[in-house]
Amino acid sequence: MEQVTTPSPAQKHSFVRKTNNIGERIIERCVKIIGGVAVVLIFLILLFVLREALPLLMGAFSQPRTAQSSVESSLSDTLNLKPEVYNPDVILSEHQAPEEFAPEVYNPDVSVPATILAEKVNTRNEADGDHITLANILGTIWQPVSTMPKFGIMPLVIGTAKTTFVAIFIGAPLGILAALYAAFFAPRRLREVIKPMVEILAGFPSVVIGFFCLLYVGSALQNLFGFDFRLNAFVGGIGLAIAVIPIVFTITEDTLSAVPKSLLEASLAMGATQWESAYKVMLPAAFPGVFAAVLLGIGRAFGETMIALMATGNAAMVSTSIGDPVRTFSATIGAEMGEVIWGSAHYSILFFLGVLLFIVSFTLNAVTELFVKERLAKKLQGG
Amino acid sequence: MSKKITETKIEANDLCVYYGAKQALHRISIDLFEREVTAFIGPSGCGKSTFLRSINRMNDLVPTARVTGNLYIDGVDIYHSSVDVVELRKRVGMVFQKSTPFPKSIYDNVAFGPRLNGITDRTELDRIVEESLINAALFDEVKDRLDSSAMGLSGGQQQRLCIARAVAVNPSILLMDEPCSALDPISTAKVEELILELKKQYTIVIVTHNMQQAARVSEYTAFFYMGHLVEYDKTRKIFTNPSKKETEDYVTGRFG
Amino acid sequence: MSTKRLIGIFAIGAATVAVIAIAGLVFSTMGTFLVKGLPNITWQLLSEAPRNNNTEGGIFPAIYGTTLLVLVMSILGVPIGTITAIYLNEYTRAGAVMPRVIRFAVNTLAGVPSIVFGLFGLGFFVQFLGVGLDKTFGNTEAIWAKPALLWASATLAALTLPVVIVSVEEALKNVPQEMREGSLALGATRWQTIWKIVLPNSTTGILTGSILAIGRSAGEVAPILFTGVVYSLPQLPDGISSQFMHLGYHLFVLSTQSPDVDKTLPLQYATTLVLLMLTFTLNFAATFIRSRIRSKQFR
Ligand SMILES: Nc1ncnc2c1ncn2[C@@H]1O[C@H](COP(=O)(O)OP(=O)(O)OP(=O)(O)O)[C@@H](O)[C@H]1O
Ligand SMILES: [Mg+2]
Repeated sequence: MEQVTTPSPAQKHSFVRKTNNIGERIIERCVKIIGGVAVVLIFLILLFVLREALPLLMGAFSQPRTAQSSVESSLSDTLNLKPEVYNPDVILSEHQAPEEFAPEVYNPDVSVPATILAEKVNTRNEADGDHITLANILGTIWQPVSTMPKFGIMPLVIGTAKTTFVAIFIGAPLGILAALYAAFFAPRRLREVIKPMVEILAGFPSVVIGFFCLLYVGSALQNLFGFDFRLNAFVGGIGLAIAVIPIVFTITEDTLSAVPKSLLEASLAMGATQWESAYKVMLPAAFPGVFAAVLLGIGRAFGETMIALMATGNAAMVSTSIGDPVRTFSATIGAEMGEVIWGSAHYSILFFLGVLLFIVSFTLNAVTELFVKERLAKKLQGG
Repeated sequence: MSKKITETKIEANDLCVYYGAKQALHRISIDLFEREVTAFIGPSGCGKSTFLRSINRMNDLVPTARVTGNLYIDGVDIYHSSVDVVELRKRVGMVFQKSTPFPKSIYDNVAFGPRLNGITDRTELDRIVEESLINAALFDEVKDRLDSSAMGLSGGQQQRLCIARAVAVNPSILLMDEPCSALDPISTAKVEELILELKKQYTIVIVTHNMQQAARVSEYTAFFYMGHLVEYDKTRKIFTNPSKKETEDYVTGRFG
Repeated sequence: MSTKRLIGIFAIGAATVAVIAIAGLVFSTMGTFLVKGLPNITWQLLSEAPRNNNTEGGIFPAIYGTTLLVLVMSILGVPIGTITAIYLNEYTRAGAVMPRVIRFAVNTLAGVPSIVFGLFGLGFFVQFLGVGLDKTFGNTEAIWAKPALLWASATLAALTLPVVIVSVEEALKNVPQEMREGSLALGATRWQTIWKIVLPNSTTGILTGSILAIGRSAGEVAPILFTGVVYSLPQLPDGISSQFMHLGYHLFVLSTQSPDVDKTLPLQYATTLVLLMLTFTLNFAATFIRSRIRSKQFR
């Protein structure tokens, strides 16, 4: 605020500041500090996930691990901690694996096609202990628990891409179409049922969706399409689609109802039918929002853990078939972190996968926030 | 009423208010007198509310608002950095167009201000509440239901409650922004009566679109037009013999 | 003309089919879990610990653990989320840089995969804070530097934070601006206005919003995988540094790792139903409170 400073003749006047309200100041300061917690949290997440992945990126595991073990592992040694047994019920141990885990990752002879075996032989002399090179990371074999561990993330990239693709391919159209229906075709009473229904779907914990796929979707699809494996990329993708639908639906519906009603009326007045107005006028007008919905849906499908863990079969295979089992990034972290030795190369690479997940989700969100939403705001304000 | 010596209570000096790039008030200079009712009139959007809200610095709440020039109350520049806005607002009460009782009991509404000032003694609070309600000509209507919700009062009662609430803080100035625009004629008459009563103690500035109301309650009238103060004079003069053409057009209703 | 009509029928038909598919999905899942789960819900199930490799006994420790987790998470997350929302809504101006940065962070946080929160919990709470605490107190045995209820709750609170912030802000926005101005015009400070006017008038909204957010994360398993959950416990957790059992994790392990899946199937269905009941009870409670109180707010 600009003002000309004038000597105030009546300093004694009651509203000239006499007390600086300390309590108010302290509270205000606290609120401001806590208000920034979300920003701090983002940085902490990146920092600490990166920190555990760092030894890998710095090439610490090119030498034998004992020489350069990370701070944590030495600390936990001194603390007499045996982290490898903190979770006594080892996830996915091959002895107990029920039939859906038949193509077990820890059993390379099953999941590794013969073509790759040649490479396996080639890298044999390098792959000694926790030995990671860039070539190893970009390799096609994910075989972390072995005397000769291999950390090729290609099968995981393929697996994640496959399930995400299926999930979006199924979930996005369903979500968008249902939103269109709710916004333009549903009788009012029905509309008031559709929204809570989708909310129920959104309220399903992902472990329950995973359980459902594991029990029913797998067998149903196997009977239908004759897949070789009961749990595969397609089943996992459907499970993820169930998680994606509510997100796509909600955001699309929000955007559609934010488009000015006058636009619809104008279209109808020009003789367009309801469906033409919905598909040719309203949907394009809401396009940035729909696009944002799909991007966020991709983020969800990509990062979802429990569904992927339970419904994809979890085999790190390099294959193009949608009917083969796959192993995704997040499922790999979820399945293997529980039994890994803290500070080992395997541990670090799982954190490295986390860093990748973080980067992708951050990028997706930044794109939606900075480009899509801004554009939508402009469009809806008619600017 | 004999002629009394009028003292300047509020003095604006080249006051300009901007909302972002838009200038809402242009170099307003005006003296408002103590224990008098001054009416602000003018077409919609001319800046009446803006001026009113710069007297108790409510415009500080508008992110884009910017003020230049000076505004003195009792000779103190209220936009000076040494001024405590919170204390200022305790001295300059405000009643809004839309009555805004808090969703609390009638008693708690009136006691809100005194409690802010640290008064917790029940008998003291009782006294202030009763006095304020009497001052606002509302006490008789609500004395049996002080503990019931203020939201159950009629529009006119709610507006008088807001006046009582403002009075309870013991200000020296009362700003009223179209206090009767949402009220029926009977409630309006009551509030007008109340204003005439209150001016014995308070300096009152009232914004109104109702010419008759301005004529009935105010001693002085200021006519604003497009952010400028066009004319400011005794009310009688403004309504019978204005010196500016625009003023005459407006008060005679020949205006849009 | 008739092709156009055909396209029209197809367009509306596709949208209808989508809704029917979603409805089918919701009803078949809910139906399945109700029909298969309900007969298995017995007092024994709700009150006893698992026995004989989860073929007998109940899931009480998992219910207990989940409840504790949700409670501690709420205590950690809701106040911080509320204060952030207050900061955004009451202390910052719309176009300013800080709120935009914070909002961007909140949205980003909402998009971070839950498993990454799990990694963060392990890396930050367990490995950094936990190790730090143990060192400070000179513990020779790891007390904090291991997965624990506290760390799992904190991780889950971080996951829930963006949802809480958004819904509390929504609640604060519902308080009419005139109410704030009325208070400020009486000489109330900003905090007095928040404390005496804004918060009392948005309690319901804050409550429902928080409960909904909590309901969403009550069933989350990924963030707690490495930060405190275990599959079986010799005794109930006796403090925030203990590990705990969780319904979602229990279901996960039972359905994927029990040696004889068929024998534990009844327990799996029952666990699913209890988990669903927990999350939906929270949802319904929120909706109920909202509908009850909404009717008598602001005229
Ligand atoms: N918060 C604001 N942001 C931007 N411009 C504003 C704001 N408040 C008022 N204005 C603008 O400032 C000008 C003066 O507004 P003001 O409310 O003071 O008029 P008024 O005389 O009180 O009108 P009315 O009789 O309708 O109440 C108007 O053009 C208005 O559009
Ligand atoms: Mg006005």
